[in-house]
Amino acid sequence: MFNLPHATVEWVHLQTGLPLRFLRGMSNRLSIVVVEKDRDRAMLIMESLRDAGDHDVFVISEETGLARRISERNPDVVLVDVSSPSRDMLEELTLASSPMDRPVAMFVDKSDDGLTKAAIEAGVSAYVVDGLRSDRIKPILDAAITRFHMFQRMRTELEATKRALEERKIIDRAKGLLMKARGIGEDEAYALLRKTAMDQGRKVVDVAEALVTAVGLLS
Amino acid sequence: MSGVTVTAGFLALVDSAPLVIARELGFAEEEGITLDLRRAPSWSTLRDMLALGQIEAAHMLAPLPIAMALGLGGMTTRIDAISVLSVNGQVIGVSRELAAKMRADGFPFDFTDATLAGKALIAASDGALRVGVPFPFSTHAELLYYWLSALGLPAPQGVEIKTVPPALMAEAMANGEIDAFCVGEPWGSIAVENGVGELLLPGCAIWGFAPEKVLAVRHDWAEAEADITGRLLRAVWRAGRWLGDRSNLTTASEILARPEYVNVPAEVVDRALTGRLVISQSGEQRNVPEFLEFHAGAANFPWKSQAAWIGAQLAARTGLDRASAAATAKGVFRTDLYRRHLRATGADLPGASEKLEGAVQQKSPAASESGKLFLMRDAFFDGRIFDPDATN
Repeated sequence: MFNLPHATVEWVHLQTGLPLRFLRGMSNRLSIVVVEKDRDRAMLIMESLRDAGDHDVFVISEETGLARRISERNPDVVLVDVSSPSRDMLEELTLASSPMDRPVAMFVDKSDDGLTKAAIEAGVSAYVVDGLRSDRIKPILDAAITRFHMFQRMRTELEATKRALEERKIIDRAKGLLMKARGIGEDEAYALLRKTAMDQGRKVVDVAEALVTAVGLLS
Repeated sequence: MSGVTVTAGFLALVDSAPLVIARELGFAEEEGITLDLRRAPSWSTLRDMLALGQIEAAHMLAPLPIAMALGLGGMTTRIDAISVLSVNGQVIGVSRELAAKMRADGFPFDFTDATLAGKALIAASDGALRVGVPFPFSTHAELLYYWLSALGLPAPQGVEIKTVPPALMAEAMANGEIDAFCVGEPWGSIAVENGVGELLLPGCAIWGFAPEKVLAVRHDWAEAEADITGRLLRAVWRAGRWLGDRSNLTTASEILARPEYVNVPAEVVDRALTGRLVISQSGEQRNVPEFLEFHAGAANFPWKSQAAWIGAQLAARTGLDRASAAATAKGVFRTDLYRRHLRATGADLPGASEKLEGAVQQKSPAASESGKLFLMRDAFFDGRIFDPDATN
């Protein structure tokens, strides 16, 4: 793996037109690949990595043949979402065997601050080419961790909101059914649902759902 | 007994059953533990969750903790295999194109003879075979390397072996990325259901009694939390014994089929549990009683010789010393903890901790503490016998 024959493919830096391998030798520039399907998320990650230093960031959104696509880029760092099943495809890159290969390893932080742990908890893992110093990785990983934490919060919030909306919809429907069937007002209908839920030790939404289903079956 | 929570990770596979059943049928509760199960999206993430302390135990590919002990792959945290969760259970499948070619050449798809099947596969693939495995360090990968190289197709020179996550195997085959796969159930059967592939062989046709998943914990945790380790081990062992009773398998398939576990129809889960596999779209069925074993033949005993075989295989293809890799691997399979924690349960404890792998040709009695132990057939397809103390 990572044994790209440079003679056949040459990656060129877009801004300067210089070959990347040349730039890499000349500057502190690192080549980073982000594996991310979602375009918006990918843009946000690229943005935060830009703040972490002047690096070349590529996004691979296609998971087909992931290991091959990454080898072709020959990057220094690969960032991937830990919740992506495709992460396992990167594992074979750690088994570089020919002398031409640039073996990668999952970034394991040897110091005390548990950067690897923080990254995994935030939902991102980093594969780093052999020999890259950990102080060069830290800013990149810090930026990625912050961004991924934000994704996690957004996902949790979105799920909570969706669930709340869903529950309100069901309760409203059950209230409507009760109001029609028993000729009562909205408040009374809700009170009835709540009392039934309390008597049975169930949640209001569960009682409402049972009612909606039952009416559906009877009609 | 005080209530403690043990968090355990698993992947959506039929052989996660011992952990799922330990929770759902109350075997964990009987030992005073609440088993909190977390489904992981990939083997690497599961490994990292265990190594970094987010979970205490894991349903893990048997070769994975051995690879970690050998310094292969990312994490090198010391992980112990305290029991074997399941034996066998892999299937090898081929794309429909390849299957059609093999049928045209007269191959009967007998689902039994690994030599014939291998030769037919090699002939039909015309020198360009790409095989998907779920992880670089998996029993699936080791069985493939062993099988194909014994038949004259060494990897990586003769065959390309690629990592494809189990649940994506059928898709990879549909996209034409792989010609064959070796994967755990239900994902082989799903490839048949989706009309992309046919099943060629069960893993047990290559090695009759291959350790597939282990119950893995951090070495330090097993030492520091000896009491909880014992409770977990006993709960999971009893779940395996329950799964070993065929009359329980319908219940087991209904539970495993739930969305939070394997999330495929119960009928598909049932195929692997009962060993009655549908191998093609036309509905041909093959019956393999030893397809997946959770209990019989001391299936849960973590034989050091099984670990040594895996260690030696891994070493051979990664350029490490075979003898020292086999020795390191033996240290990962904790027969000592297994004996200590299961002695009072009535589990059959073998007299020895190592055996010649591949030497048992048919169900045979073996020395054990209860005197009632029978070992199942564990032969390799090519008749070789592996001596764990002669690895050079």
